[in-house]
Amino acid sequence: MSVHIDAEVSFDDFTVTAAFQAGAGLTALYGPSGAGKTTILNMIAGTLKPSRGSIVADGQVLFDSNANVNLKPNRRRVGYIFQDARLFPHLSVRNNLLYGYRLSEQATRYAELDHIVELLGITHLMARRPETLSGGEQQRVAIGRAILSSPRMLLMDEPLSSLDDARKQEILPYIQRLKGELRIPILYVTHTLPEVRHFADAVLAVENGKVAIHQS
Amino acid sequence: MLDFMPAELDAVELSIRVGLWSMAASLPVGFALAYLLARAEFPFKSLVSGLIYLPLVLPPVVTGMILLMLFGARGAVGQFLEHTLGITFAFRWTGAALAAAVMGLPLMVKAMRLSIEAVDRRLELAARTLGAGWWWTFFTVTLPLSLPGIVAGAILSFAKSFGEFGATITFVSNIPGETRTIPIAIYSFLQSPGGEGPAVRLAILSVAVSMIAIVGAEWVERRITARRHEQ
Repeated sequence: MSVHIDAEVSFDDFTVTAAFQAGAGLTALYGPSGAGKTTILNMIAGTLKPSRGSIVADGQVLFDSNANVNLKPNRRRVGYIFQDARLFPHLSVRNNLLYGYRLSEQATRYAELDHIVELLGITHLMARRPETLSGGEQQRVAIGRAILSSPRMLLMDEPLSSLDDARKQEILPYIQRLKGELRIPILYVTHTLPEVRHFADAVLAVENGKVAIHQS
Repeated sequence: MLDFMPAELDAVELSIRVGLWSMAASLPVGFALAYLLARAEFPFKSLVSGLIYLPLVLPPVVTGMILLMLFGARGAVGQFLEHTLGITFAFRWTGAALAAAVMGLPLMVKAMRLSIEAVDRRLELAARTLGAGWWWTFFTVTLPLSLPGIVAGAILSFAKSFGEFGATITFVSNIPGETRTIPIAIYSFLQSPGGEGPAVRLAILSVAVSMIAIVGAEWVERRITARRHEQ
């Protein structure tokens, strides 16, 4: 499985260009804030429309300005983990986890509740309300919720930035474990590379709206 | 003391019927307007919002007069509705419900709009990336999260219709059993000798209903603010 992106989006005084491909495993998108990292993720997720170009994931065209293809976010099967967990406050942890699972098609479903919950160590939280969880627990539930929608790729937008150091160390082993188990591309946006350097399969530097270096 | 006479019970029954119908009919309209005002940008938006809030500041007798000119027996809209759908508003309890709905709409829209604006749109975006279409996101995220405002708006609209006097009596007059709601009945009793007893009883009932509605709506609204702080 892999994702190919060759797309560009222009704002009033700023253009973000992304041309790269990422295979299974963790690809770190590294760069200072304001460089355009999140913009790239948003183009892939379908929450921001590129000005031109194409995005292909796993053989399926998600966006192509020439062919006039622009799949809606809910048709892309792209799991998105945000800086804040964004759990649904009116649903229990269990129903948060099952939100995308219930909407996923059986034919393409690969993640099952019991297994993912155990993998992320959140079995004991199932009946709780999101507001009663710690920041680290919330983010683990958010990761589980995204994976349970059986996405063809995972986008992580500085998933640890709102957590303190101890919490970061609590989450990192889970992300590493997931990476080992899921055979899908994970795009991991960060402005502190050491965070993931030792288990990233590839590192892309993003600067001034351009993906600059490609090191493996 | 609260031993109601048939004429008083008629007024109570009518007020409840008018209140429930005006509330039920304005719920979908009020929510659609509140959603548009909270989320959409469109030309003449402030004009539309001004028209909705107008009955709040306009003398009720003017609102009743406008309703009479539009929906009365000789009004353009009234004639059209009578011929096409067979709905008559003039001098009927349905007209009382319409007047109450128009007078309650600003309160309803305001409460709903606030709670729709309080919904974190990033949660809707998260739902979309999890595979939810627009409508599914609306029914499973937006609507449940704005429910407190919907309930508060419905309560306020019902309470407003219980107190509506000026627009109703101007539009559909004062007909016992048809348009004589509690406030109009109180007014009528006070005009007739020996009517103080019934008037006071109905007044006490009005105070009780209004208090329950306001306390209830405030309680619901406090829950919205509490939820907002948790986020």
